[in-house]
Amino acid sequence: MHPSHDPAFLRGMTQSRSVTRRDAFRLAGLSAAGLALAACGVQGKKVAAPKADAVADYWSAKKKNGTLRFANWPLYIDKDGKKYPSLEMFTADTGIQVAYQEAIQDNGSFFGKIQPLLAADNDIGFDLMVLTNGLQLSKAIALGYLVPLDHSQLPNFAANAAPKVKNPTWDPNNVHTVPWTVGLTGIAYNPKYVDEVTSIQDLWNPKYKGKVGMMLDTQEVANFGLFSLGIDPDKSTEADWRKAGDKLRQQRDAGLVRKYYENDYVDALVRGDVWITMAWSGDIFQQVAEGKDLRFVVPAEGGTIWTDNMCIPKTAQNPVDALTLMDYVYQPKIATMLVEYINYITPVPATKDLVLADAAKAKGEDRASLEQIAKSPLIFPSAADMAKLRSYRTLTTAEEKVFESIFQPITQG
Amino acid sequence: MKRLAPYLLILPGGLWLAIFLVVPMVFMASVSTQEGDMVNGFVQTFNFSVYGDALALYQTQFLRSAGYGLVATAVSVALAYPMAYWIAFKGGARKSTYLLLVLLPFFVSFVLRTVSWKFLLADDGMILGPLKATGLVPDDFHVLQTTVAVIGGLVYNYLPFMILPIYVALERVDPRVVEAAQDLYAARRQAFTKVVLPLSLPGVFAGVLMTFVPMTADYVNAGILGGPENTMIGNIIQTKYLVNNDYPTAAALSFTLMAAMLVGIFAYAKVLGTENVLEAAAR
Repeated sequence: MHPSHDPAFLRGMTQSRSVTRRDAFRLAGLSAAGLALAACGVQGKKVAAPKADAVADYWSAKKKNGTLRFANWPLYIDKDGKKYPSLEMFTADTGIQVAYQEAIQDNGSFFGKIQPLLAADNDIGFDLMVLTNGLQLSKAIALGYLVPLDHSQLPNFAANAAPKVKNPTWDPNNVHTVPWTVGLTGIAYNPKYVDEVTSIQDLWNPKYKGKVGMMLDTQEVANFGLFSLGIDPDKSTEADWRKAGDKLRQQRDAGLVRKYYENDYVDALVRGDVWITMAWSGDIFQQVAEGKDLRFVVPAEGGTIWTDNMCIPKTAQNPVDALTLMDYVYQPKIATMLVEYINYITPVPATKDLVLADAAKAKGEDRASLEQIAKSPLIFPSAADMAKLRSYRTLTTAEEKVFESIFQPITQG
Repeated sequence: MKRLAPYLLILPGGLWLAIFLVVPMVFMASVSTQEGDMVNGFVQTFNFSVYGDALALYQTQFLRSAGYGLVATAVSVALAYPMAYWIAFKGGARKSTYLLLVLLPFFVSFVLRTVSWKFLLADDGMILGPLKATGLVPDDFHVLQTTVAVIGGLVYNYLPFMILPIYVALERVDPRVVEAAQDLYAARRQAFTKVVLPLSLPGVFAGVLMTFVPMTADYVNAGILGGPENTMIGNIIQTKYLVNNDYPTAAALSFTLMAAMLVGIFAYAKVLGTENVLEAAAR
């Protein structure tokens, strides 16, 4: 059945065996060859920001191919049964067939998969992908993995995108990216166990010992440490990070934190394993829409605003088609179809009236849920909430090492 | 042709191992002593201090993983041996059905099985909810995100790897030697401790090898069922590699883990005296 029950096999594994001189030589030869192979090191090369003619150089020779391979996150596009209505409209309008895949679960692991391919100039199998502003996106830009966008072909983006999402700090002038959706990191809680929350300090409240959820992502958790001390992450220094680290460690050592969660914090909150937790706005909106009694707040001290960005890998086979889709979704009509399903913040503010118009046409449950979307501060945040929101800090490679060495030992003790 | 035959037989497997095991290992050994980062590239500097630094920084997780691996292995033996014994000696005609039942959980994805524990053991879930309602356990009692949950998950996921080799060893015990022991006035207990148990030890040994190593390196159970105090070395390696892209540290941690486990297993083989066990089995 299994080789391991064979005494001869076990003997081979457990007893010393004399290695002949010839064996030793052969082994040495083999490993020398391997070392020669490995000595060239892991590729990695920083590139300068693209010049204006680089954009023209890249795009002048590119043609529309009529196909597009799109990598996105789960539940991140409108879906009707097995169809994607907005993509079908795109195909009808442009003649471009879309192979849509929910290929991204996590920025780190997705980037880990595509990075060696991009470094070797190989096709990653996608022409368009969605990455969150953060460490991986910054690396992709710094390493020259993303195509500089031809903004002359993005008129809808220019006309309809919210001013707040244009020209972000992590990608000045939207050279490489345009937003897919925007979301908030705030606090979600279960009112059955937790009194009304307004302050971030409630995550440090000893009443909720062992029932507090924090996030595993270092930038997310670090931001909340910084907010709790009244520091704007974007302007923070190493000394601030250390102070925030101390504050977060104190929370952990006091046994307050149940776990440092990834996406699974939602289940834990719904099942009652945690009562109060860091949370992403769209997740909580969807739970509330399903009838769960949960609350989401942007704490008074601040919350995080993040953006999931569309970008084109440099090895894309169909870049023109990808660029066409990037602009297509910035039509208010299409952006409305998306926001009604995705339930995160849309980069196209004109959608609010369109959602309300859809609600007026709809009946019964549909109407209620569309009105809920148009009125939700989680999808169309109030000016007061927007004023409290801050971005992740853009970290250089050297800073990243320090940053991770402060916060990772807390989340992964 | 006749002289070539043995070489031809080992050629496919040998090539497979050379290409997919030896080459990456040599490559990773080289990476472990490089310095740099992904943006600026990694350069070979034979920086061996990474091993000491990584070990110093993560000794807690190393020791914790070894501890979890040992406890989970011991629990597995305690659970698997009686089960394998029962199937081998009392299973009768339905032996293969029972074995299939043991293997059945394998037909469900590893991750899914572990995640299902979260539903079963939720604080107000189907097991703890009623217990709390009746006051049998205190309200703040929980299983998830504890050491017990992680070790429990490890045992659960790797138990069949312990049962099968023990079963195979017991199955090969000739019932006539047990009868002979009894003919020679051995009580049933003596027949077990003097005859059956020694004959089955190679199976236990193989089972320990096959469970201790993957359990110690596991990261799924700690990731899904563990809390802030349950991070294992596998989780650190995964983060270093995939999230931080700190390949040298990830490679150095992997090699340290491998070396520690090899040393541990050789020590175990020496202490347990496999030679005698094997001789006993061969008789």
